[in-house]
Order: sequence, then C-alpha cells, then structure tokens
Amino acid sequence: MGEAAESKKSRGHHSWMREPGDHHQHQDEEEKTLELSLGLPGGGGGGGGGWRAACRDKGKLSVAAATATDSSLLSPGYSTLVSHSSQGKAKGSPGAAHLPATGNALASNNNSSQTRSPSTPVIGWPPVRSFRRNLATSSKTSLELQNGKKAPKAEEIKRAPFIKINMDGIPIGRKIDLNAFDSYEKLSLAVDRLFRGLLAAQQAPLAAEAKVCPQEVAISGLLDGTGKYTLVYEDYEGDRVLVGDVPWGMFVSSVKRLRVLKTSDLSSSVSTSFHLPSYMLNLLLSPPYSEIVDFLSSMQLIASGRKRTAAEC
Amino acid sequence: MTYFPEEVVEHIFSFLPAQRDRNTVSLVCKVWYEIERLSRRSVFVGNCYAVRAERVALRFPNVRALTVKGKPHFADFNLVPPDWGGYAGPWIEAAARGCVGLEELRMKRMVVSDESLELLSRSFPRFRALVLISCEGFSTDGLAAIASHCKLLSELDLQENEVEDRGPRWLSCFPDSCTSLVSLNFACIKGEVNAGSLERLVSRSPNLRSLRLNRSVSVDTLAKILMRTPNLEDLGTGNLTDDFQTESYFRLTSALEKCKMLRSLSGFWDASPVCLSFIYPLCAQLTGLNLSYAPTLDASDLTKMISRCVKLQRLWVLDCISDKGLQVVASSCKDLQELRVFPSDFYVAGYSAVTEEGLVAISLGCPKLNSLLYFCHQMTNAALITVAKNCPNFTRFRLCILEPGKPDVMTNQPLDEGFGAIVRECKGLRRLSISGLLTDKVFMYIGKYAKQLEMLSIAFAGDSDKGMMHVMNGCKNLRKLEIRDSPFGDAALLGNVAKYETMRSLWMSSCNVTLKGCQVLASKMPMLNIEVINEWDGSNEMEENHGELPKVEKLYVYRTTAGARDDAPNFVKIL
Repeated sequence: MGEAAESKKSRGHHSWMREPGDHHQHQDEEEKTLELSLGLPGGGGGGGGGWRAACRDKGKLSVAAATATDSSLLSPGYSTLVSHSSQGKAKGSPGAAHLPATGNALASNNNSSQTRSPSTPVIGWPPVRSFRRNLATSSKTSLELQNGKKAPKAEEIKRAPFIKINMDGIPIGRKIDLNAFDSYEKLSLAVDRLFRGLLAAQQAPLAAEAKVCPQEVAISGLLDGTGKYTLVYEDYEGDRVLVGDVPWGMFVSSVKRLRVLKTSDLSSSVSTSFHLPSYMLNLLLSPPYSEIVDFLSSMQLIASGRKRTAAEC
Repeated sequence: MTYFPEEVVEHIFSFLPAQRDRNTVSLVCKVWYEIERLSRRSVFVGNCYAVRAERVALRFPNVRALTVKGKPHFADFNLVPPDWGGYAGPWIEAAARGCVGLEELRMKRMVVSDESLELLSRSFPRFRALVLISCEGFSTDGLAAIASHCKLLSELDLQENEVEDRGPRWLSCFPDSCTSLVSLNFACIKGEVNAGSLERLVSRSPNLRSLRLNRSVSVDTLAKILMRTPNLEDLGTGNLTDDFQTESYFRLTSALEKCKMLRSLSGFWDASPVCLSFIYPLCAQLTGLNLSYAPTLDASDLTKMISRCVKLQRLWVLDCISDKGLQVVASSCKDLQELRVFPSDFYVAGYSAVTEEGLVAISLGCPKLNSLLYFCHQMTNAALITVAKNCPNFTRFRLCILEPGKPDVMTNQPLDEGFGAIVRECKGLRRLSISGLLTDKVFMYIGKYAKQLEMLSIAFAGDSDKGMMHVMNGCKNLRKLEIRDSPFGDAALLGNVAKYETMRSLWMSSCNVTLKGCQVLASKMPMLNIEVINEWDGSNEMEENHGELPKVEKLYVYRTTAGARDDAPNFVKIL
C-alpha cells in the first residue's frame, strides 16, 4: 500500500477521493518492515514460486524473477503480469501473446534506477465490467461541468475494445486496453513500457543468452515525430493516421489498431506535416480551404487531404 | 403411482418447485416423462450450447417461463472475444414455432438482435416479462418493438446491457392501452428519454412497483414521477446533480415522504451530496441500497446516509467508503446480508481506501452476512480467519486483491490459510473467488472442505497441476470452474475427465494447457465440446518455440447433447 503517496503524482484527478489521516502513516510503517523482503511462498517450495516473489524496492512492488537463477522455476510459456516498467521483457502479457520462451529471456529486475510509472493494465483485470471502468472517468467529466452550469447529460465514453499494437521489427504483437488511459501521454508511456524490453532483446540477442540485462532504451517522441519511432493508428476505414491530433475521446472511438513505425519509414510529406499545429489543420479542413486542398491533392501536389495519413510502409 | 389418472400425477408434480426434481421424476418411466414434459411451466438452460433450442421447444411445448444463459462468466471482463457466440435468435425462433404460450423470457450474456426482439414481440400473445442481463446486439429499436406489440407487458428489466442508442422514441411506443407495467428498468440505456412520455407511462401504470431510470432523467422529472407512484418498492434514480428547480426540491421531498413502500434504492448517477440529504427520511425503511455508481460521494457523505439505514440487508458501494466507513456500516446495519465493495481506482498498484480492517469490522458487526464481493489492495490471513469465524454463513465469498499474486501484507506468506479458514468454517459456501498469493495448499483446502461449492474462480494462483486436481477430485458439487493465468496444464486437465460430465463448464485461459492435451480430452469424452479460442490471426503469430508444444490461449469445455455448434467463428476450433 506504500504506493499511495507516490501514486498521487500520476493520478491527481483521484485525489478528491483520498481519505486523509492516519491510514497512510500506518502503511508507511508497514512499508518499512517489508522493504527488503523477498517473499517466496513459505510452504510452496521452489517450484513455480519464482515468478511471484514479491520484491519491494523503494516502496514499489513488482513481480520479480530476480531470484529465478534456475530458469526452470518458471513454467514455460507461463504468462506473467506486466505490472511495472521493468516488465517490458519477453515474458509477455497475460491473455495476449502467449510466449513459449523459457525463463532465460527474462531480464532481472533493475528497479532502483527506474522512475515510477503507472502499471500496464492486465487484460480483464481487475475483474470489473467495462461500464464500471467508464464510470469514474465520465463522472469526473460531469463533475467538472456541474460547477455553476446546467446539469449536463453526461457523455458516455464509448467503450473501446482491446486494441492490437505492433511494433516495427518485433514479431510479437501486444494488446492494450484503451479504457485504462485518458490521454495520449499515458498511451505513449504505456507503449514505451510494452515494447522497450522487447526491442532491447531484439536488438541484442547475445546479451540475453549471456544473462546480461540488454541495454534498454526508452522509446520516446512517439507523438511528435522527434523519436526514432512514431505511433500511428488504423481506423475503421482502414486508413493509417498519425496519433495525437483528434481529441482523445474521438480517437478512442475510431481506433481499430495501433502500430509503432520507424519514423524514417514514414513519407517525407507526412514528416513535414508534424510541424503543422492542429488549428491550422482544422482550418485546412474547412471550406474554402478544403476545396483547395482537395484540388491540390488530386493534382498530387500535396499529400491526401481529408486526413493526415501515414504512407503505407 | 401408475394407477392414478394423469391429472392427479400432474397435480402432484406441480408441488415440485425445483427443475432438478422435475428432471428426476421425468426419468422414472415414459408415462411420467410425458406427463412431466407437457405440464412443465418453467425451463432453465444454463448453457445455450448444451442442448439444441428445437429440442427444448419440442419437449416442453407448454413452457411459460424460459431462461437461457450464453457466454461464460469471464466474458464480463473482455476475456471472450466478440463474435464468439451465444446468439438468442435460435431460441426465440424455436420458441416462436413450438411454445406459443411463452410468457417470460430471461437471457444472460447473450447476443440478441433487433430482429429477434421484433419476432419475440409478435409471436407470443401472452408475453409478459422480458429480462435481459449483460446482453448485447440490440438497439432501442428492438425495445420499441417490444413496447409496441406486447400488450400484456408487465416487466421490462434491462440490466447492464450494451444497447445501441437510436433515439428516445422507444419509450413512447408503449400504447395508451398499456397499463400493466409492474417493473421497468432502463438504467443501462445510454441515451435520453422523453420526459413527458415517461411521466405519462408512469401515470397509467398503477401496478408499478419497480422503476429504474437512466442517467439522463433529471431530478425535476424524477420528482414529477414520484408524485404518481406512492406504491413504489424499488427505485433507481436518474442523475442527482444539484442543479434543479427549487420547486422540484419540494416536490421530491413530499413525494418521497409518501413512498412508504420504498425498500430499495439505486442509481445516484453524478450524485451530489446535497441531494442525499433529502433521501435521509427514507433511510430507516431501506433494505437495499446501491451507491456504486456514485464516485462523486466521499466517505463522509456515504456514512451520513448509511448510518441511518438500520434495516439494510444489501449494500453496494465504492471503496471510497474507506475502512472507517465500513466500521460505521458494521455498527449501524446489523441485518446486513450482502455487501459489495467496488474499486474506484483500477490501477493494480493504485490506491484503495479499504483494507482487511474494513472487512474484519464488517464481519464483527454483521454476523448475518452471507454474500460478499470485496475489492481491496491488501489482505492478511489473520483477517480472513477472523472473518470466517465471525460469519460462518457465507454462501458467496468473492475477494479480489487488485494486485495479482500479492501475499499477506503482514507476514508475506501466501493467503492459503485465510481462504482455508473460509472454506472450513462456511459449510454452505456455494461460490468462491480467490486472489492474492496462493499455492497448491489453498486448493487442497478447497478440495477437502468446500463440499457445497458450485462455482470457483481462480486467477494467478497455484504452483502445479496438483492444485487444480485437488479441486476436481474434492469438490463434489462443482458446476463451474473458471481459471486464468495459473500454472495448470494437461495433467490437470486430464486428471479426472469423468468430472466434466457432472459440470456445466470449465474455462481456462493463459494456463499451461496444450493443444495435444485438449485433443486427448476430446477423444476421451465425446459428449463434451472442447473449444479452443485463439484470437491471434496468422499475420501476428508469435515465433514458434521449437520443441515446445503450442499453448492453448483460451479453452472452454462444456458438456452438451447438441454436438459441435455450427455458429462458431473462425477463431474458435471445436475438437
């Protein structure tokens, strides 16, 4: 429970639900006594217990395989919870790709240097129905609008199904629950966590065999074109669109699939459009500019008009 | 008994309430089978794929009430891919052909189309009651058909369905001649409804006892409606924001005063604490209260209200109530039988204001507690042992510790002993969901003590196949077993194959079962459907791990007399 204090930073909008008072102090004391314990289940023996060994470091819980020197401790293909940034390893996320690799690909947890970030959601966990997940977000919206205004008809956030996400150069795709995020920034962070470890393993296969932690590099700049990779999505019409332009809610209701592409593979016309701010794009989409844009694009003088589309790779 | 005329035998059978008993007498001899099937009024089908719809309609032509359930329970949490199945169409069509006296239809986790609802509304002249729970595939147009054509409709109960909104006209489709409504629940409808239509409908429904509005209904409308329904027993409010006319405030207060029969409240969408205060006069008579849709209320708002609800038997809240709040519940609500505490923060490593302390407090204050659903971030064996001693009457015990595999926070031990105490003390336990760090030992306890257990949900638990086998061998009454992310493999799957014939279904996802294991099971047990569900299409296949058998991502096993179903999508392989 020690995460309570740190978690306030990342989820400020929940702060009004916090109970102040002695509960936190109680937790801090507990936290101290548990700080250095490696909790292998007492009576459970070594078999299969490794994946669940609780490792507390700086108040952060993670499902560690740090004690799993013998890779057979982990059942092959056993999906583990991807609960923290350090978990971007080849072990896979439950319910999504079922990786048959044995534990040798598992990099040991390197908790100390990593900053705390919100957990990657496990599919279907906690076992709560979708409408309850949407409740908190949509109530927050209506709460904000309530102040001094007419009672709003609360917007129901359209439920997005789990979205497949693939990254260039990584054969293993993942799945992601967009309901767990409420902004592009959080999505970008989650994508980074999901693929960081896989990318490192991919690029340094020898490191994995030598049981050395492969050099993990953060995947950044997904949304603004500054990074090595860029996040795009496919909507229901099959078009590929750069992520980040439309309001979040609109994005969630139209996205069908996500892809992380190498920025260098995107066409140059798209790259330059990164520098156009949204309001300008909106301007271009409305008459009479939209007609001009259509005309120019039909003459193939500019990239296609209605949406900013990433070139097919 | 065969000397009695058929009418007498039939009359004797009418005293058998449970379907199970009627199934039993029908096995005695052909004569009894015939008498029983023609006089059967109510049929329950727990798995729509266990038997063909036509066969049910043929056997029970005079059925009046039909209940059918579709998708497995884990579909509630998005573990079953869309388009998996569970279609209501074949059932409604078969009933329309063979059971025209049908009056009531209840469906859960099924895919219902507007066309099916239209057919339903036109096929059964005496149709009275439609209950849809966690269904999808229909729109408000389907509801319009029901409203328009079911002249004797007394119950329209929509619980937590995904309904496509095609406008408010459906509510206006109830003809002026429709005056028979007893129960109307449209809380899950997302769109607006016409307030005038709603008020008029309520005005001409003198028998209305249960009314659950949706979020779009304003306080003003609620006030007007309540003036017309002094006999209401169950109310789901619309939104309770504090932006409404002063006039409505007075109207609401005086209307609520007249509702002497009101026992159960829910809704509270966007509830502002101010609105709660004029519900206070009602609190003393309430037996059921659902505040779980109101994340806007904090612990003090909640406790101010709940402390007045001295007769409360059923309470659903969000965890913002906190341990302190639960202590207030424990000291105020001595008759409490069912408690559900839902999470407001879904991040696994997030924050919850309830802990094991709140649960212990409840168990101390509410010894009649028999049904629990509790989401929290931490638990201890000591707490569970105390709870088990204080509340031996649990029939349903579902504990969800949000972080998978989390041990006892005080001792860092697995929670085997705590859950062991629950199954040992609560001899009537029928449903159990376990969580936290758990080894094979907890399953040994469950197999040994949980003799009445019918449904078990397992997630991120156990060490080896032995765990699952303890359950399969020990739990004599087990009907539904659902498992995710636990290390049970082929040995467990095949350890007691005869058991599956006595169960409704088994679900296993992200476990260690291989395709080979499933094939072996299929060959040994031809009366089971073994569904291997694999959502990943070929283009995203993960790398083959040479030498290792491919694991089955999701497995659904159920007994059936219908053989392999013909409506399975391409990502479902039936062995």
